[in-house]
Amino acid sequence: MTDTATPATGGIGDAPVRKEDAKLVTGQTTWTDNIAFPGMTYMAVLRSPMAHAKINSVDVSAALEQPGVLAAFSGADLADEWAGPLPCAWPVTPDMVHPDHWPIAKDEARYVGDAVAVVVARDRFAAADALEHIAVDYEPLDAVVDMEAAIADGAALVHGDHGTNTTYTWPFSNGDVDEAFNGAHKVVTRRFINQRLIPNAIEPRAVVVAPIAAANEFTMYTATQVPHILRLMLALTTGVPESKLRVIAPDVGGGFGSKLNVYAEELMALVLAKRLGRPIKWTETRSEGYQTTIHGRDQIQDVEAAFDEDGRLRGLRVKLLADMGAYLQLVTPGIPILGALMYPAIYKMDAYDFSCTGVFTNKTPTDAYRGAGRPEATYAIERTMDEAAVELGMDPMDLRRRNWITHEEFPFTTIAGMTYDSGNYEAATDKAMELFDYDGMRAEQQRRREAGDRYQLGIGISTYTEACGIAPSRVLGSLDYGAGGWEHATVRMLPSGKVEVVTGLSPHGQGHETTFSQIVADTLGVPFEDVEILHGDTKVAPQGLDTYGSRSLAVGGIAIYKATQRMLDKLKTAAAHMLEASPDDLEFSGGQFSVQGSPDTAMALGNVVLGVFAAHDLPDGYEPTLSAEFTFDPENFSFPHGTHLCAVEVDTETGMPQITKYVAVDDVGNVINPQIVDGQVHGGLAQGIAQALYEEAVYDDAGNLTTGSIVDYYVPGAPDLPEYTTDRTVTPATSNPLGVKGVGEAGTIASTPAVVNAVLDAVRHLGVTDLDMPCSPERVWRALQEGSASRDQVAAQAQGGQHA
Amino acid sequence: MPRISVTVDGVTYEDDVEPRLLLVYYLRERLGLTGTNVGCDTSNCGACTVLFNGRSAKSCTILAAQADGAEVTTIQGLARNGEWHPLQKAFNAEHGLQCGYCTPGMIMASVDLLEHNDDPTDEEVRHGLEGNLCRCTGYQNIVKAVRAAAGEVREGATS
Ligand code: FES
Ligand code: FES
Repeated sequence: MTDTATPATGGIGDAPVRKEDAKLVTGQTTWTDNIAFPGMTYMAVLRSPMAHAKINSVDVSAALEQPGVLAAFSGADLADEWAGPLPCAWPVTPDMVHPDHWPIAKDEARYVGDAVAVVVARDRFAAADALEHIAVDYEPLDAVVDMEAAIADGAALVHGDHGTNTTYTWPFSNGDVDEAFNGAHKVVTRRFINQRLIPNAIEPRAVVVAPIAAANEFTMYTATQVPHILRLMLALTTGVPESKLRVIAPDVGGGFGSKLNVYAEELMALVLAKRLGRPIKWTETRSEGYQTTIHGRDQIQDVEAAFDEDGRLRGLRVKLLADMGAYLQLVTPGIPILGALMYPAIYKMDAYDFSCTGVFTNKTPTDAYRGAGRPEATYAIERTMDEAAVELGMDPMDLRRRNWITHEEFPFTTIAGMTYDSGNYEAATDKAMELFDYDGMRAEQQRRREAGDRYQLGIGISTYTEACGIAPSRVLGSLDYGAGGWEHATVRMLPSGKVEVVTGLSPHGQGHETTFSQIVADTLGVPFEDVEILHGDTKVAPQGLDTYGSRSLAVGGIAIYKATQRMLDKLKTAAAHMLEASPDDLEFSGGQFSVQGSPDTAMALGNVVLGVFAAHDLPDGYEPTLSAEFTFDPENFSFPHGTHLCAVEVDTETGMPQITKYVAVDDVGNVINPQIVDGQVHGGLAQGIAQALYEEAVYDDAGNLTTGSIVDYYVPGAPDLPEYTTDRTVTPATSNPLGVKGVGEAGTIASTPAVVNAVLDAVRHLGVTDLDMPCSPERVWRALQEGSASRDQVAAQAQGGQHA
Repeated sequence: MPRISVTVDGVTYEDDVEPRLLLVYYLRERLGLTGTNVGCDTSNCGACTVLFNGRSAKSCTILAAQADGAEVTTIQGLARNGEWHPLQKAFNAEHGLQCGYCTPGMIMASVDLLEHNDDPTDEEVRHGLEGNLCRCTGYQNIVKAVRAAAGEVREGATS
């Protein structure tokens, strides 16, 4: 941080109210679906009702007869429009199976929701009605729904011409794994099912394309997290030159990874606007989105952990099956790989062996959902630590302490080759245990067990870390990702003294305008209100890599900070000239340049700016520019960590689990805006808890999504979630000059295992040894019935089998 | 086509509407009042909540034709003479929104909630907003905001 005087409110560490909110609380927001142009038409997409079918024919002629219909096309009709298939930018292995993925299926539909035809009409209702007049002759093919069945011999193939449902196998190994396991006192073996989830940003996806067709120029407004990536990919897939495309992410209503993609509908809308020369809008319905917007998670995790008698972790083996769905979307194959190097988490060990097999099934493609690979990793390791504690007869926190990296050991290179720059697991844990009253809660748990209380208490732990701030371009390159991870910023001083900041990030709820204004206000000593953050438009912010992977502050925020400093340096040179002093003798504080030792020889920043603007009297060769740029590419990820403790009360008569206390102590490094950071943690916790207790995308054997609407897929409401107690420890990151770490995904990554560990801890003494997520009352109740049955059996055997 | 006369945010409109047109699309696409959002197709999310004759209602569950003679208040009509409603202020002050897509519905549902209970507990707020989904905030600051606004509404009533 700088030594400038911090503005009264709005500097680093303050919590000014968000700038973003005025339009949002008054209904003056520009969501994509709010945008309209004269002559705008509407697109609707006909989707396959079958998980796998040959398309013998598509007849759109009757649809074309409908009133208000401008055009209707099958996949075959548009086949020549594409310069390339939908992109997958992460070929994780050289031999990865990568089938072509066309925006509209031509001869085969591969999941329920796969597009087979498209209509353009004068309004959204006419477009939807016209779909009913399209005749498609489908020939059903066998669908593969289950991952293990998909890789068994003789399984039907999602992509017949590729001869396999295995997309890739990605291995990693370090240390002598056999030795670690052979010499072990105890090997803990578990299988975890990380169920499929639907991201559910509350704003549905939408896209509007406004063409100047005669000039082959197009502006696309789209509910996306990644306008820059999208623009490049649109050029590559449609052949429209990148320079003729402007992509705007207007106000975007949440993403959580689901809008980090390049979607078929975006390509279709562009190509149809080009063909028809008319503006086109498409907005998904929620149920349509359930079929076609990417899903998350969906892994089977086999974990083995080897321990010494005293609880020391010797080694870890992880084998994953990861469901890709029917096609590879933008980063589908890379999602489990983002977690691959995080299974060792905060623990030291001698050896680690990992492999992930990607599998095609006839389901909606998976891709990034909040945490993307790291929640899965954290779930597996933190569940395993609790299971190991049971098998070793140790307190689960003691077992963790026995194995974690101590604060003196940083920087620490893990067995997976990640170098954690900083952290203090002891401090976060001590604080969390105190806030939670860990010992008191254990005593209460014991009391209820002894009393045979109907409401049994469980305590769940998650001492997580994660790798975020998705950048180091070099590291991404070494993982075969198709792009870098730098971020760009431009800072411009306006003659009136206001500041415009251009960022290549693209926020959708994170509060970037507020947070980044604080950094700039703090650095330049200008009022928070005088800083304007511009983003989300490739014409306004030509360079950028967008928002995902908790990268915004730790990468883009640093670019802004550095560009601001560069601006200040330029102004300092001018100020020195104006004050007839050497730049080395100038100090800057409270928005003023002054000469060291003679504080009266001073000039306010605004006057220097005006002087440069006028350019009447500048040093020789001084370029009268009022802008500065910086592109930041950090050398490492950032590694937030923390300790989450969850208390769950299980009603043993109904199986109902209820979170009664949740304490999250996170270490996200230095904090720019504590209120926004708390908000990010709250929202993250909600989504992680939702995976533990409520949500699951379910398919039937034929590949129909039986949780096909928000009626059947349980997104938790306010009464379903607890009050969270949040606190922080601060161990600054050493990988960036502000010492900040990412925070957007931490809550989601941490919370799921804390909750499931707590539910199991509540009922383990009643014979329940495993529970799949979501831990619904029905599942817990059944497990309790089975648990007591097996306990009776054990008791019966002990008594010589006298009882039936 | 049914002809309706409906007052929205203080302005009376007369329009012919298709019998199947939902109120939310009438507001958004006929009147251009896009402050009210659509978040689902099954009446579960609450993003479209408005006041319908003073009571909170999901405008995707009402036909425009049913609004004949009704008085509708949307988020765009909530501020008075440029001054935000206590709930608008409190959502801002307590960080009760992130992306803000649920917010218009959340605030309109909260207006009704406070009309019926000007001093709700956390639990009462949570249950009162059961029909409004938020994916960003984890609800904690929404609860805080509604309770903070309740205080201001009570003060306003007694002063
Ligand atoms: S739009 Fe979801 S309830 Fe009305
Ligand atoms: S603030 Fe984004 S859905 Fe509520």
